[in-house]
Amino acid sequence: MITLNTLTDSEKPAITAQTAAAKEVNLPPLHMSSSPHVRSAITVPMIMLFAIIAMVPSLAASVVFFGVNALILTAACVGAAVGTEWIINKALKKEQSIGDLSAVVTGILVAFNLPPSLPVWMAVIGSVFAIGVAKMVFGGLGANFINPALAGRAFLMANYPAEMTNFPATVFGSINALPDGISSATPLEAIKTAFSQGSFQVSEFANALPQLFFGNVGGTIGETSALALLIGGIFLIAGRIIDFRIPLTYIGTVFFLFWIANGTGTYFTLESIITPVFHVLAGGLMLGAFFMATDMATSPITPKGRIIFGIGCGVLTFLIRKYGGYPEGVSYSILLMNLVVPLIDRCTRPTIYGEVRGRG
Amino acid sequence: MLKEEVKRGVITENPILILALGLCPSLAVSTSVTNGLGMGLATMFVLVCSNIIISIIKGWVPDKVRIPCFIMVSAAFVSILHLFIKAYMPLLDQRLGIFIPLITVNCIILGRAEAFASKNSLSRSFTDGIVMGLGFTVSLLILSAIREFLGSNKLFDLMVIPKFQPLTAFALAPGGFFTIAFVMGVVSFLRSRKEARA
Repeated sequence: MITLNTLTDSEKPAITAQTAAAKEVNLPPLHMSSSPHVRSAITVPMIMLFAIIAMVPSLAASVVFFGVNALILTAACVGAAVGTEWIINKALKKEQSIGDLSAVVTGILVAFNLPPSLPVWMAVIGSVFAIGVAKMVFGGLGANFINPALAGRAFLMANYPAEMTNFPATVFGSINALPDGISSATPLEAIKTAFSQGSFQVSEFANALPQLFFGNVGGTIGETSALALLIGGIFLIAGRIIDFRIPLTYIGTVFFLFWIANGTGTYFTLESIITPVFHVLAGGLMLGAFFMATDMATSPITPKGRIIFGIGCGVLTFLIRKYGGYPEGVSYSILLMNLVVPLIDRCTRPTIYGEVRGRG
Repeated sequence: MLKEEVKRGVITENPILILALGLCPSLAVSTSVTNGLGMGLATMFVLVCSNIIISIIKGWVPDKVRIPCFIMVSAAFVSILHLFIKAYMPLLDQRLGIFIPLITVNCIILGRAEAFASKNSLSRSFTDGIVMGLGFTVSLLILSAIREFLGSNKLFDLMVIPKFQPLTAFALAPGGFFTIAFVMGVVSFLRSRKEARA
């Protein structure tokens, strides 16, 4: 393939003879190269830097609500993630890849998925698993088929279920329990119990919404403040780092399904949207939708595929939260949908110009 | 000669790590070193005995019914072994459970019968049984040592590091898959590096 390309000064003398004719009519010199021909100015480290900046508000919120412990855990996870990648590259004599900052992002995301009370060494194990097993084994950045941070979380959940679901109250002392004093670990558990016992009262849960929005609620490090996550997510969408389709369809699906199953028996009143809003703000939905479902290597590349992916995540999250054994299902939903990404990509392949698709 | 045979069974043609035979019992019993050792030795016994018998009867077995014949032979030895273990090592019998009777249909037994004993002389089949059983036992020991240490913080049922909370997943099936995959990966990495050098 032949592309037009401007050359640097040092390359010019060598091709003067061939392009003498071209120069007379002021055409740029011809340059032979193989694809890709169009390169974006946005590089991998830049994207990762954007992602890190987008996570700063959430990190700040977690330090505000959980104290300095959150920062220590995050630092430990980042250190372990980068260290693991460095060691594996070194041991396998591969080109060093820690400079692309992707390990830093994974480290922060692993920490965001952990409760702030987790012992540091467990967090380190999660990070090592995330980078070592979920990412580097499959060939490093871009070759992993599941989200490394979520794999790290799932691994820790399998090993230390008690520690992973022990969520301390925030430093402001408030809500692990809802205002009325239901004793529970997280708001999602409270709403699940309320529904299963038939004791669901809309007003109780409506009162908790502002707390959920600002983040004064027990949970993992990153998921606490919906506001901070929203700021980061909008920053990423505005910077065109992530596609709005995945978070929009994901959150939209969860909202819609919980609106149908809202527990009040009405559909077009203010009460009927309390349950869906509660479910959107509580738990890891925002974190998962903006920062983890949108991971470039593990989400579909076609726009149509991304919509399917988002809806699939939403349906799975709804099913787990509503009918499953766990109160929260974001991480497993995304992991499960990660596995079908190649299939989605295949089914949503756009037609080539002029191509006629066979019938069924 | 003997050294080469041992090397063949344990390294170059290791039943689990290279030939990928007998993965099912390996996944199931490699949760502790004791189980691994017991299973390895039990399989070795059946393997040696069935290899001997099969290499003796190979001339009389019609080709079409050879697989049922091989299974009958191994089933006979497994029954002997099972009764013996039940009588003298009831604890091991409890821990290995169904996996002792299942040795009958272990791919290693059938694989070696089909690929080796039914084509080779008595003495060679005997050595093959010994070295393949050795390879099986050694790999089970490696796998179960890793899994027992990570999964329950023990070796031979003794506590290793006080206060270390074990990674429970390694005592369960997923940990078995991870461990086998990693040990296989490391072995083939070492092999490819050795071949590249040679």
